[in-house]
Amino acid sequence: MPEVVKATVMDQSDVSRSLMRISHEILEANGGAADIGIVGIITRGNLIAAQIAENIASIEGVDVPVGTLDISLYRDDVATKLSPVLHRSDIPFSVEDKTIILVDDVLFTGRTIRAAMDAVIDFGRPRAIQLAVLVDRGHRELPIRADYVGKNVPSSYGEQVRVHMRAVDGDTSVTIVSDPAASSPPAVADTTKGE
Amino acid sequence: MAGIASKHLIRIEDLTVDEIYSVLENAATFKEINTRTIKKLPTLRGRTIINMFLEPSTRTRSSFELAEKRLSADSLNFSASSSATVKGESLLDTAETFDAMKIDMVIVRHRYGGSPWILAEAMDAHIINGGDGIHQHPTQTLLDLFTIQEAKGRIAGLTVGIVGDIYHSRVAGSLAPALKMMGARPICIAPPSYQPDVPEALGAEVSHSLDEALPDLDVVYLLRIQGERAQGLSVPSLREYATVYGMNQWRMDNLMKPDAIIMHPGPMNRGVEITPEVIADSRSLVLDQVNAGVAVRMAVMYQMLGGEGDVATAAR
Repeated sequence: MPEVVKATVMDQSDVSRSLMRISHEILEANGGAADIGIVGIITRGNLIAAQIAENIASIEGVDVPVGTLDISLYRDDVATKLSPVLHRSDIPFSVEDKTIILVDDVLFTGRTIRAAMDAVIDFGRPRAIQLAVLVDRGHRELPIRADYVGKNVPSSYGEQVRVHMRAVDGDTSVTIVSDPAASSPPAVADTTKGE
Repeated sequence: MAGIASKHLIRIEDLTVDEIYSVLENAATFKEINTRTIKKLPTLRGRTIINMFLEPSTRTRSSFELAEKRLSADSLNFSASSSATVKGESLLDTAETFDAMKIDMVIVRHRYGGSPWILAEAMDAHIINGGDGIHQHPTQTLLDLFTIQEAKGRIAGLTVGIVGDIYHSRVAGSLAPALKMMGARPICIAPPSYQPDVPEALGAEVSHSLDEALPDLDVVYLLRIQGERAQGLSVPSLREYATVYGMNQWRMDNLMKPDAIIMHPGPMNRGVEITPEVIADSRSLVLDQVNAGVAVRMAVMYQMLGGEGDVATAAR
């Protein structure tokens, strides 16, 4: 399927500046790094989570625990779609009474985050769950918002927002690509917040 | 593609080699979930699965039931003694009755080979064969392959001796062809009276001597003598069988490769095909097989009841 890159909205230094700002915001909002746990959603959120943890270590001198989450088994569309390969969720610390920072690359419909919150709660009862995303592209279908956003990227429903991370993709960037296979916009109001 | 192309799992040949590997890979994820405090996933909520066990079963039935519950499916148990079967209802009528209730999947165990096909023809539901007569038992094979791969790191290239009443064994009926498909070398080791009619159809070699074959084996897969299927024994005595084909401490110490593993699908007849010392040995993986059973069945049900679409190609 031919994909056309329409625009590059963030390059590598944009991404690292955004993640540095998010790291500072997390520390500011939570009064430091005590009792924080970071959980990244596979397959790009876990890489972003690792970068945020590294930033927090350099700013605050504290190693916050980091986990990864595969939400395939918590999706609300298992009856129609299947994940190619299940990855192992690995949260090597107790989430009990911690403030969990969920990390994903792109916030779109909100369904992934709904599934991720259920998955985290199956590991225990965190004190709070906060959400950090690199890109918020709008089109929410659930009442979910991010606490920390790298960049708001207005997009149309049929486009895809691609986050590349150097560790797996060779370069770090955020691009908008047109996807001829994508379905037409659903019959709901466009809630994209242009900024 | 992570799904399973075949609608039913009746024979192990219903799966491709790639599909078998994807089940084994996903089962590793489910195995981790089975070690958590909260062993529950919402994945199959709202789906209905019937466990139709028309022959006694401990392991398989409880393993399927646990797998269904841990995936949040609604499950229903149907057994021969507590159903209309004792009132003379035929399998076909039972199938049509259940079909009218709009269920998603049937796990069936039956004393006659081919019964799952009758259900598959008559019903809209997915059918998983939980053991049919002396024909096949495909999910047992998947958990066996999972156990072998975890212990030995691979399946291809291994020599696997299946020892015992192979003729009456649906476990062997699925395991031997699966091993062949995966590039392993299955050998049927038994007296002639317990050999399959056509060993080549199973893709297996034949040996009549455990002592001759044992030094080559990476996996020693023991089967019990199925007294309830045969009219009496096809060997002179169980004692003689134990002497010639039973796995004991001496054979383990003197003939078996030191890094070979010992497996048994259960139920075991202690002192016949396997001695208590062998069961207790660290190379005996009988309980690992049981442990893998729940995870492997969760993977199969997830891949069969999940949709045809692929998450990776969905717009995000």
